[in-house]
Amino acid sequence: MRPARVYSSEGIVLKQIRLGEADKIVTLYTPAQGILRAVAKGVRRPSSRLAGHLEPFTHSHILVARGAHLDIITQAQTLHSFRLLRDELWRSTAASYVAEMVDRFGAEQLENRRLFTLLADTLAWLAEAAEPGLVLRFFEMALVEVTGYRPELRECADCRVVLPPEGVRFSAPAGGAICIGCARHEPGAVSLSLTALKVLRFLQRGDATQARRLRLEPWLQDEVEMVLRSYVCHLLERAPRSLAVLDALRRDELTPAAT
Amino acid sequence: MESSGVPTAAPVARLIELFTRLPGIGPKGAQRLTYYLLRVPAEEARALAAAIIDVRDRVGFCSTCHNITEHDPCLFCSDERRDRSAICVVEEPLDTLALERSGVYRGLYHVLHGALSPIDGIGPEQLGFRELVRRVQAGGVREVIVATNPNLAGEATAMYLRQLLVPLGVRLTRLARGLPMGGDVEYADEVTLARALEGRQEL
Repeated sequence: MRPARVYSSEGIVLKQIRLGEADKIVTLYTPAQGILRAVAKGVRRPSSRLAGHLEPFTHSHILVARGAHLDIITQAQTLHSFRLLRDELWRSTAASYVAEMVDRFGAEQLENRRLFTLLADTLAWLAEAAEPGLVLRFFEMALVEVTGYRPELRECADCRVVLPPEGVRFSAPAGGAICIGCARHEPGAVSLSLTALKVLRFLQRGDATQARRLRLEPWLQDEVEMVLRSYVCHLLERAPRSLAVLDALRRDELTPAAT
Repeated sequence: MESSGVPTAAPVARLIELFTRLPGIGPKGAQRLTYYLLRVPAEEARALAAAIIDVRDRVGFCSTCHNITEHDPCLFCSDERRDRSAICVVEEPLDTLALERSGVYRGLYHVLHGALSPIDGIGPEQLGFRELVRRVQAGGVREVIVATNPNLAGEATAMYLRQLLVPLGVRLTRLARGLPMGGDVEYADEVTLARALEGRQEL
């Protein structure tokens, strides 16, 4: 049987690229087929019926017609707009980082419902959080978990010895925490305090309800961020583009910090 | 310069190759343009070549508002009849033309040449915010009108401008966002409708 000419899906808009005069290619993350790229025609015109339903971070129900090259979005209806994300600059920047990461870690035509749920939950949390740090750390850890890159945090990722409380290092190429002996032949390894290691293990459990109650000292927040960032950047082979903007806003003190 | 393997005169192949690099033009379109130019009167083709050279050699950026211009300061900035106490901030030079067509605005402009878009790696450093702050600090400006696009990047830019300019004590306004002419309430998204309700006006 030939596949249906039109299909419907729900999805969260990750990004848009301009195409021709008034069209855009919209990238969505869908529960059933992962990343979906489709053309939205005429969305740069003010009278477009689609445009408002396909803005980044919008969770929409869409109707898509199969095209020869790219599929075409014919209808769109907002399910949840995450409107609060648009009302503050640091929220929309953090959400851009989340969207970029899902775009990079996700795959086309590959169902990953846990990743979809993580994306939706993270955007909802970001919309109401007091500061972005904890949300993003929880997201990063859960992201590598649901995409199959779970870092080793119990045993040494190299020699499999149970990690001692002192002298632990973290090495992104090794795939997690390593003991001091193995650190000698992992030149990029950074030291990892016991407290930070415990926070990473706590995040790895993936319990968002408990994570929301977590309060971290600024130095600890920084250490956990540095470790997770080195890990995701290693996996992606280059830094996500939105990181530079995220850092610039923090430098200008336009992002609330952990208290 | 022979990409297709078919023998063509070298200048022809070169022009096709250069046309292909332009946005929206594929190999077939490039061939069609090239062979068209071979058929038209020589003056017409020369005029096109001269226009391309002129646009690159004679057009630059206005040192005040960053709009594209032949003379610095640009036509807007040097026009004494325009209201110098208002600056309208736009993303692209073409946006100034759209606003001029409305015939309502008589103030000055500031062109950012883009909008904040973290996912494309475009942050505050890449855009002309510093020059705008300088213009406001120089005095005489009563109102800054933010006319960035009503999409994610434009909204992010507007929020950044708010944090940048409100401390300077200037009046900061944003173009109204709501239902477009010829639009349809039924098809409007909830963000647009919420904004339209917030900005409703006495009849």
